[in-house]
Amino acid sequence: MTDQRSQAEIVRQSLKRRYRKERRFRAYGILAIGVALSALVILFTDIIGKGYTGFMKTTITMEVNLDGDMMYLDDPTDSRQLKMADFVEPLVQALIKEIPGATEEDREDVRGLINPYASVTLRDDLKANPDWLNTTRTMTFLSHTDVDVYVKHAGDAAYSIKLNDQQKAWVETLLERGAIDTSFNDTFFSGGDSRDPSKAGILGAIVGSLLTMFVTLILSFPIGVAAAIYLEEFAPQNKFTDFIEVNINNLAAVPSIIFGLLGLAVFINLFGMPRSVPVVGGLVLTLMTLPTIIISSRAAIKSVPPSIREAAEGVGASKMQVVLHHVLPLAMPGMLTGSIIGMAQALGETAPLLLIGMVAFIVDVPGGFFDSATVLPVQVFLWAGSPELAFIERASAAIMVLLAFLISMNALAIWLRKRLERRW
Amino acid sequence: MQPANLLLLTLVFAVVAYGLGYARSRSLAAPLGGIRHLKSLPFYYGARAALWSGIPALIVLGCWAAFQGKVIQLIIVGGLPPELIPETEGQASLLLSKISNVASGALPAGFVEAPIAEAAERLEALRAQSRLLMSALVVSVSVLAGFLGWLRIRPRLNARSQVESILKWLFFACAALAILTTVGIIFSVAFETFRFFGKVPFTEFIFGSQWSPQTALRADQVAAEGAFGMIPLFTGTLLISAIAMVVAVPVGLLSAIYLSEYANKNVRGVVKPLLEMLAGIPTVVYGFFAALTVAPFISDLAASLGIEASSQSALAAGGVMGIMIIPFVSSLSDDVINAVPQTLRDGSLALGATQSETMKKVIFPAALPGIMGGVLLAVSRAIGETMIVVMAAGLAANLTANPLETVTTVTVQIVTLLTGDQEFDSAKTLAAFALGAMLFLSTLLLNVIALKIVRKYREQYD
Repeated sequence: MTDQRSQAEIVRQSLKRRYRKERRFRAYGILAIGVALSALVILFTDIIGKGYTGFMKTTITMEVNLDGDMMYLDDPTDSRQLKMADFVEPLVQALIKEIPGATEEDREDVRGLINPYASVTLRDDLKANPDWLNTTRTMTFLSHTDVDVYVKHAGDAAYSIKLNDQQKAWVETLLERGAIDTSFNDTFFSGGDSRDPSKAGILGAIVGSLLTMFVTLILSFPIGVAAAIYLEEFAPQNKFTDFIEVNINNLAAVPSIIFGLLGLAVFINLFGMPRSVPVVGGLVLTLMTLPTIIISSRAAIKSVPPSIREAAEGVGASKMQVVLHHVLPLAMPGMLTGSIIGMAQALGETAPLLLIGMVAFIVDVPGGFFDSATVLPVQVFLWAGSPELAFIERASAAIMVLLAFLISMNALAIWLRKRLERRW
Repeated sequence: MQPANLLLLTLVFAVVAYGLGYARSRSLAAPLGGIRHLKSLPFYYGARAALWSGIPALIVLGCWAAFQGKVIQLIIVGGLPPELIPETEGQASLLLSKISNVASGALPAGFVEAPIAEAAERLEALRAQSRLLMSALVVSVSVLAGFLGWLRIRPRLNARSQVESILKWLFFACAALAILTTVGIIFSVAFETFRFFGKVPFTEFIFGSQWSPQTALRADQVAAEGAFGMIPLFTGTLLISAIAMVVAVPVGLLSAIYLSEYANKNVRGVVKPLLEMLAGIPTVVYGFFAALTVAPFISDLAASLGIEASSQSALAAGGVMGIMIIPFVSSLSDDVINAVPQTLRDGSLALGATQSETMKKVIFPAALPGIMGGVLLAVSRAIGETMIVVMAAGLAANLTANPLETVTTVTVQIVTLLTGDQEFDSAKTLAAFALGAMLFLSTLLLNVIALKIVRKYREQYD
């Protein structure tokens, strides 16, 4: 009896310690989740903090005197004259007038405030409106990238400000007078890549991504569904189909860069297809996403209850009719959600595309499947590696666009699953 | 005609064949007294004609489009005068790009030797001929086969079973594509790898402790000898993977335990998708984060502590990679922990154990093999991960275990060796494929072991 009591005593005494341990263990779990979620939060805040300025552009608004003599231009419809004319001078003069205390001697510094492309904008404006010649108009131009960086990141030590003290003072006064302004950066969504950050846009990359995704989708979805149907419904239990299964499971875990090597060796070196085009990118991504789509489609087929099959067979349908008329429509929502998730992975994939040449610097927006193109994640990679800090905010902004695409795709998948899910 | 247009045309032919087949089966059935006297429904006769018309034409089109470029190249090179015939493959590819530049008009014909200009003309002519031949062949195959299929429609013909068996073979072909992909991977890396070992001895590659793939292009050029020892790359890869695992395994495992054992349904419903979001973020974003935020932060922190750290460190790349891998570990462990039968839990709790004791002493040991499998899969992913290390790990092949130093990995080297201008036949380019082969083999080994463990474990309670 005394033995038992002491046993209970020991347990009672140890209880406090055990409960403490219990609480500690719980705390570890909460801590782990906290670490993971705070990483997510830090990642998002970092990117949004770096990138929201990428959606804005800095412009200078000024009264420009479009004097024909100053530009050496009498007829804006003459393309030869347009080519020879000087469109920088009126901008510099307009700015010198705008800045209090600036004189002819400061023209180099003044010129440093205007974007090199502003003269091209002026030329195009004149070409479109020949009657503007010899008038004075209030016009808005992109500022120089250095001004852009100064306006957005004056207090940020990470950015080196390239303006000299005089230019900084000018920018401050112009800012006060409202001549320098920030507005929504439409160029970012309407332009292709550029060496000048203020002209660089993501439209080329978005179109390239869409073309690549289109090739991936029209190939991988039917092939993946067909393969899943074969493996789930028709495959005999033999060594060969086992081998196919093992292969699919392995391919799902093969590093993506290996698919890039495959694309380089087979599609480019063996078949002689052109480098850096959406078709080859789409083919490589198809091979990469197929295992994901096959695995999720098989799961969807498996979840269709056997009673459906038996009922169809009972009224005399052939095996193929059972599958195509009854199983496939019922499994389709599951297949779709799996494919959307697979496509989202493919959309964010970069490494294999680097190997097939999609890292090329491409300014034009691709017009077809055989045009040189780049995709959004590769564009991010290129900008992130750029020595100019002004590209960092573009890269972050492009990441936000990419994430917006991905999150909406995943949300669509979740919505579809919720909406079309059936329980038997 | 362009292959894409031809593809559309073939589809149009198939649709026409379907319509004609459908109509013919109906007209054959009409004198017999309606379609119930046919062996199959008219739909299947039409589908059969469409398949007959479409499939052979598509096969011809695919083969032709895949191989025409290579065949034309061979003809062009064969037709060059003997003094111009290239000796090495590198020269050959240079010559070919020159010829095709002339042909496309990028390089004026006046700038090159006469034989090359002629070859360019021949290339244009051959391409035009090839396109014409391809179009003619595909159209005639499509029409002929479709016509044959149409002609052979008989009321007694069991079109349905024929269509179904063709479909079944098509489905099979799609499934077999997985094998073809694996074979493609093996062949594409194996050939170049063997050629690489013809230039660099196998032992040097496996046991060498120096990696500097820069080789001299010309004999008089000053450049490094070119050393191809993969040990520094593999130690770098393993160092980064180890750091990633140190972050991912405890965090992933503990959060999986908390979510599956302690958390109530609402918390789980919110936290689990958020964790999975970490897996859905593209790797290039993690790379950006690692290179531009984490790496400078680590080097500043180290500097303020008086330790020297390079601006690209293994710690930054590995730490961020660990965050990326958390959801893999947590969702796999979650599955495995949930698969442990409730009876084990109930038994342990009934004996008076606390929940954490049950977890540590009962559930965890039971789930351990499955968790190990999941961790191995995560290791394989860490080894093969590319973008984070390309952006944040650096290029210098240091043989070091210091996580604050810059290291390079297998995947980084593959990317750097194969992006940009490549020399066709140099040891440098081939080395990338040899590294790819090593990467494929090591991840394959890990995957096979992991999948075996996971599968074997799952069977225990079923």
